[in-house]
Amino acid sequence: MDLNTIWFILVGVLLTGYAMLDGFDLGVGGLHLLAKKDEERRMLLNAIGPVWDGNEVWLVTGGGALFAAFPEVYATAFSGFYDAFILLLFCLIFRACAIEFRSKEPGRLWRNCWDWGFAVGSVLAAFLIGVAMGNVTWGIPLDHNHEFTGNFLGLLHPYALFLGVTTVALFMMHGNIYLIMKTEGDLQEKLKRWVKITIPVYIGCFIIFNLWTIFACPHIESVMERRPIELGIVFVLALLVVANIPREVHKGRYFLSFLSSCAGMGLLMLLFALSVYPNMIFSNPNPANSLNIYNGSSSENTLGIMFWIALVGVPIVITYTSCVYYIFRGKVKLTEDSY
Amino acid sequence: MDVEILSRIQFAFTIAFHYIYPTFSIGLGLFLVIVQLFWLKTRRPIYHNMARFWTRIFGLTFAVGVASGIVMEFEFGTNWATYSRFVGDVFGSPLAIEGLYAFFLESGFLAVLLFGWDKVGPYTHFFATLMVCLGSHFSAVWIVVANSWMQTPAGYYLAEKVKVTADGLQHPMTADLAAGTFTIKEIPLPADYIVQPEHLDNVRAVITDFWGMVLNPSSVDRLIHVTLGCWLAGAFLVISISSYYLLRKRHTQFAKTSLKIALVFGTVASLLQLWSADSTARGVAENQPVKLAAIEGLAESQTEAPLGIVGLVTWEKDAEGNIIGINESSIKIKGLLSILVDGDYLDMEKASQTEVKGLYELPSDEFIKARHPDATPEEIAKLRPDYWPNVPVVFQTYHIMIACGMALIGITVLACVLWKLGLLFNLNKKWVRAFLWLLVISVFIPQIANQAGWFTAEMGRQPWIVYEVLKTSEGLSQAVKAHQVLSSLIGFFLIYTLLFFVFLYTLDRKIKHGPKDDESIEVLPERWQKLVKIEHGPTLDE
Repeated sequence: MDLNTIWFILVGVLLTGYAMLDGFDLGVGGLHLLAKKDEERRMLLNAIGPVWDGNEVWLVTGGGALFAAFPEVYATAFSGFYDAFILLLFCLIFRACAIEFRSKEPGRLWRNCWDWGFAVGSVLAAFLIGVAMGNVTWGIPLDHNHEFTGNFLGLLHPYALFLGVTTVALFMMHGNIYLIMKTEGDLQEKLKRWVKITIPVYIGCFIIFNLWTIFACPHIESVMERRPIELGIVFVLALLVVANIPREVHKGRYFLSFLSSCAGMGLLMLLFALSVYPNMIFSNPNPANSLNIYNGSSSENTLGIMFWIALVGVPIVITYTSCVYYIFRGKVKLTEDSY
Repeated sequence: MDVEILSRIQFAFTIAFHYIYPTFSIGLGLFLVIVQLFWLKTRRPIYHNMARFWTRIFGLTFAVGVASGIVMEFEFGTNWATYSRFVGDVFGSPLAIEGLYAFFLESGFLAVLLFGWDKVGPYTHFFATLMVCLGSHFSAVWIVVANSWMQTPAGYYLAEKVKVTADGLQHPMTADLAAGTFTIKEIPLPADYIVQPEHLDNVRAVITDFWGMVLNPSSVDRLIHVTLGCWLAGAFLVISISSYYLLRKRHTQFAKTSLKIALVFGTVASLLQLWSADSTARGVAENQPVKLAAIEGLAESQTEAPLGIVGLVTWEKDAEGNIIGINESSIKIKGLLSILVDGDYLDMEKASQTEVKGLYELPSDEFIKARHPDATPEEIAKLRPDYWPNVPVVFQTYHIMIACGMALIGITVLACVLWKLGLLFNLNKKWVRAFLWLLVISVFIPQIANQAGWFTAEMGRQPWIVYEVLKTSEGLSQAVKAHQVLSSLIGFFLIYTLLFFVFLYTLDRKIKHGPKDDESIEVLPERWQKLVKIEHGPTLDE
């Protein structure tokens, strides 16, 4: 395996980590307004309180790793999706501030404003991430210098929009399951009722999205011919894992259903990776201008240096992140330090 | 307005706003470590109350820092895509390392610092505080390394990227070889190669020496300078709020103790900053002579070059409005600039004979000739101002920074003297109260100095984005139009203005709310109380 492939995997791992971890933070944002009482909302917020900040770092580090390992891809994606990324940044800023500032004043107007900021910021962020993924899968118009030649409205085609919706549904289900693990009593009962809606909605989206990809997505046919077995196995696994989510919920094993949801995201990302590799951004309509892991990467020297740096760093990060999750295990309790 | 100026304004605005907060959290982080050390040593609840209160302030500055910091990681790609392509091989690594080694460390342990009081014991909590502090300093390290590389690029070469097919033929990077297999190769360009905008499709900076890039000629000096600036920001935040409590006669014991620790911290930092500033400026003289001449407003090369204290620099323009020189008038100390640049303070006579190059000889004729081979000597002189930064502005920002630095030294030393004489807390004296009010507002001084310093560093680098390699105008995103940048700029402006006022409001509320004055053992988390009792007995005397 060459360094370019290793970095393709590493960037993928970082983004998958982001989806698994910040996914439930964004999902909690999506459910936030559905909880009507202030105390309930505080419970939801404090369920992610100690960890949301660390979870967002996966995105920042993913961006940094993309810059270091695949600068052409970083430059093309971020300048091409300019308006979308700026909007995403606004969402993330609003979200972060809403979490921080909401608890600082008891006034109703104050709290309502931040509640909306938190909810809209979270849902829109999830949606935009999905739309961006959709565009990467579908392909975007690139010229021979790998510069984006389309416009913002062109990025909003139905397939990408639908992946945006799917992402929102996925994160809301993920957040819902996470919240059931972190709460108890009436609030937990309420969340258990919601999950009966969020899971079917996601599974519906998941099925439609996959059918859409198989039958309509450009490039997919050639990929399916090239790696039918790999794609087939991962696809079946993904189906089984996603089907396992409601099963575990039904049996009341919420931690296992949360893990299934995480595994579902991992397999979805793997499916995505298998259907694009070795390309990173498809050029549509002219596939010759696509960015792949070779023409978009840094020099071998940089990839090598960064590989060793990541090899040392990633295990350390995973170790202490696990410790932090362990320290904050168990049900949420509101204290004087809470949001 | 065009994309270039809008993108520059947006970057300057977003980073200047962001830079308010990490300076506080880096300085406060270290202060928290010191306070917790005091707690572990003495076990007095007052230090615990201090740790609690200042952690809440820390949490606030940290949150806004995080919210506004995400923007910076992505703005290179959104607005400076050509730059990102060109330097990614060299410049991307420090950003990725910052994420992996600094952001994760900070944010992971921040959870324990903010919410872990009842969950972990005091030693684990102290460890978490230490890690947050370390993480925020790491963050400063890698971002200053990246920025210093833009100032004094090192450890790289320029290369043309080509596709090599199986038969050994070389094709341009942009060639359509979709059907065939190829490898990508970097062909080094000659040492005197000058970047042409039309080559930016294929020409890239490629790393040769990672540590040469990290330890480029300016990174150590600038890192120390920036870190001390952050420490000053943190120390003066504590000094300011503590002085306010003293004047309001609230939480007096708490305020005195906080003020004393912060004052020692701030004094050490401000004196070290004097030494660091000297070293940093000498680095600028050596590595970026144009920047030095610009910040000092030095027109003609000279020995016994004077150091301006305060003054005014304006452009001198010809009839058509082209810049042809500068008019400079300021209060000066003769020969001091030469001495400072030379750095031999033991033999000032000799040091004052050091020649400092002025703007009228910078950049050199050869440098301009290489970029404009057909230019006549007259044309070269005319082209020279194109390679100058905005001298009137950087002259002022630089001198504002110096004035702030001097003020900080004066204030901290005077406060230490008053403390030693037993006058600092004597609120019956009117002038002591006036001095404490000065301390209250002095929180702005390090902030102004930090901002002015960055503006000097960045605007002083212009017209280059990578010093003497790539121009700022060449680094823009090709895919982004002016109206897009304008709307994002307006968006950032509105959001950040709102955020700034909410920050001030919340900070004010937290200050009004204040720390606990209760010094009984009950203020400690339950698990911690046992620890104190076992080791020191239940009595905690004053």
